[in-house]
Amino acid sequence: MAINWFPLWLSLRVAALATLVSLFFGLWMAYMLANRKFRGKELLDAVVMLPLVLPPTVLGYYLLVVLGRSSPIGHLYEWAFGTPLVFTWQAAVVASTFHAIPLLVKSSRAAFETVDRSYEKAARNLGASEWRIFWRVTMPLSRRPVLAASVLAFARALGDFGATLMIAGDIPGKTQTASIAIYDAVEGGDTVVARVLVLVLSVVAIAIVYASNRLQQRQVIG
Amino acid sequence: MIQARISKRFPPGPKSAGFSLEVELQTGAGVTALFGPSGAGKTLTLDAIAGFTRPDAGRIMLDDQILFDGASHVSLRPQDRHCGYVFQNYALFPHMTLRQNLMFAADRQPRLERHRRVNEMLERFHLAEVSGRRPHEVSGGEKQRCSIARALIGSPRLLLLDEPARGLDAPLRAELYSLLRNVRRDFAIPILLVTHDLEECFELAEQMLIIRDGRVVQSGPPREILRKPANVDVARLLGLPNLFEAEITALDPGRNTSRLRFQSYEVTGTYLPGRFLGDRVWLCVRPEELRAVRHNGSRPDLNQVPAKLVRVSDRPRSVRLEFEGDISVEMPLQEFERQRDNKDWLVEFPPDALKVL
Repeated sequence: MAINWFPLWLSLRVAALATLVSLFFGLWMAYMLANRKFRGKELLDAVVMLPLVLPPTVLGYYLLVVLGRSSPIGHLYEWAFGTPLVFTWQAAVVASTFHAIPLLVKSSRAAFETVDRSYEKAARNLGASEWRIFWRVTMPLSRRPVLAASVLAFARALGDFGATLMIAGDIPGKTQTASIAIYDAVEGGDTVVARVLVLVLSVVAIAIVYASNRLQQRQVIG
Repeated sequence: MIQARISKRFPPGPKSAGFSLEVELQTGAGVTALFGPSGAGKTLTLDAIAGFTRPDAGRIMLDDQILFDGASHVSLRPQDRHCGYVFQNYALFPHMTLRQNLMFAADRQPRLERHRRVNEMLERFHLAEVSGRRPHEVSGGEKQRCSIARALIGSPRLLLLDEPARGLDAPLRAELYSLLRNVRRDFAIPILLVTHDLEECFELAEQMLIIRDGRVVQSGPPREILRKPANVDVARLLGLPNLFEAEITALDPGRNTSRLRFQSYEVTGTYLPGRFLGDRVWLCVRPEELRAVRHNGSRPDLNQVPAKLVRVSDRPRSVRLEFEGDISVEMPLQEFERQRDNKDWLVEFPPDALKVL
């Protein structure tokens, strides 16, 4: 019997995109949290961490409210792209992004904070813009832990179930990701598919944790 | 020319006592040393000038540009201040080679100029051969030179050095001093040097500011300061021995004399204008201006007091004799050799050597 590999490919694609999106916003937030003092910093920190502690269905519900067809953002999206966001694979990317971003922000912030302040001071003193300091000094010096964090974020994005189900739904061949497909397979008594997918996801997970640990092993520079 | 008036307050917290910085300085080309114990506010002063910390009030002017003005809320970003800063740990970027470190700093130069300038600095600071290595692959002296080169490559209008000789051994120190003397000559910009090493002040600095508890307690050429410390705190900071709490027991303007009593001794000095009988003062005597001679039992001369020798320690070119009552006498080696067998000693306080703080 042929196994439908679509959910796995969808999952990988969604997780990869979600990782990219969370890198884009997460690194920026982590840098702000690590380097700046501003009003509401602790609040931002708490809000970013919320998806880590909220039940995924609650997160999904919030996303549904904020991005649904009747919300302003949902309207805007529909006006811009011609289709609603909810119940598409793009919605799965959004759900996975929110699911993954707290881990990325937390670890990257820690990584940025371990970079010796004097390097950033020196760079500033030498006339470098904050942008240049980030890309040429802070990032290279925290490259490995940030990479490790993004690998973990990828794993989290890959594993999202609740939030994705809430806003992307379970449409086979369209929004059915691997973790949802496993649930369906078990429900439908299709143990072979369930086992194969479980096995593949487990192998991917082990590889990811291994890679992340390798990356986090301290590299001695300086 | 750098002119700075900086005040900054740190209110006392649950774990820290408060601290307030009130520093004023003005200096042209040449080296000015900021000398003082740790925690006196020396590095904080540099950081305020470089723009890493914002004073509560005051004004910082470099040449005729305002870097900071509390009254009009002007505060330039560190990027715009054009102050070279040599950090205590060098802060060379560990992931870049020495050449890349200099290139990073030369970014503001025109593109064509950049390479020429980097090569020139690598040559001048004898780094050309190791320019492809990273900071952890080169020696302490090379790191040191690279950090100075990096601070100078953008042609700053002021150079700030935070304890550049810290952790260097004697030969590297000597190398650093001659390097900095060249920098002083070639760049002709004001150089502010934070240090707690008095010898360094004498090696490099034309001017010296003594900073203690966030205040400038004395300023002037190092030689002057050593000759006439403003008060007992300064004398202690300079590590001067022979500080005695004394009382004025006689004053005679006619014969230009005074009598001072300290510990169990009484000595005669020159007249002390502006002091009164019974004043309690600090007496400060340079150990090399004291003399120690053999006590042969006869009546001591004027200002000679019998004292018991506690310890003898060797110095590079002399011997230091420590007597009871914390009296230190420094004596040339040959003179000590002649008197090595003395059992009893007299310490002589020449009237001119007695300084009252």
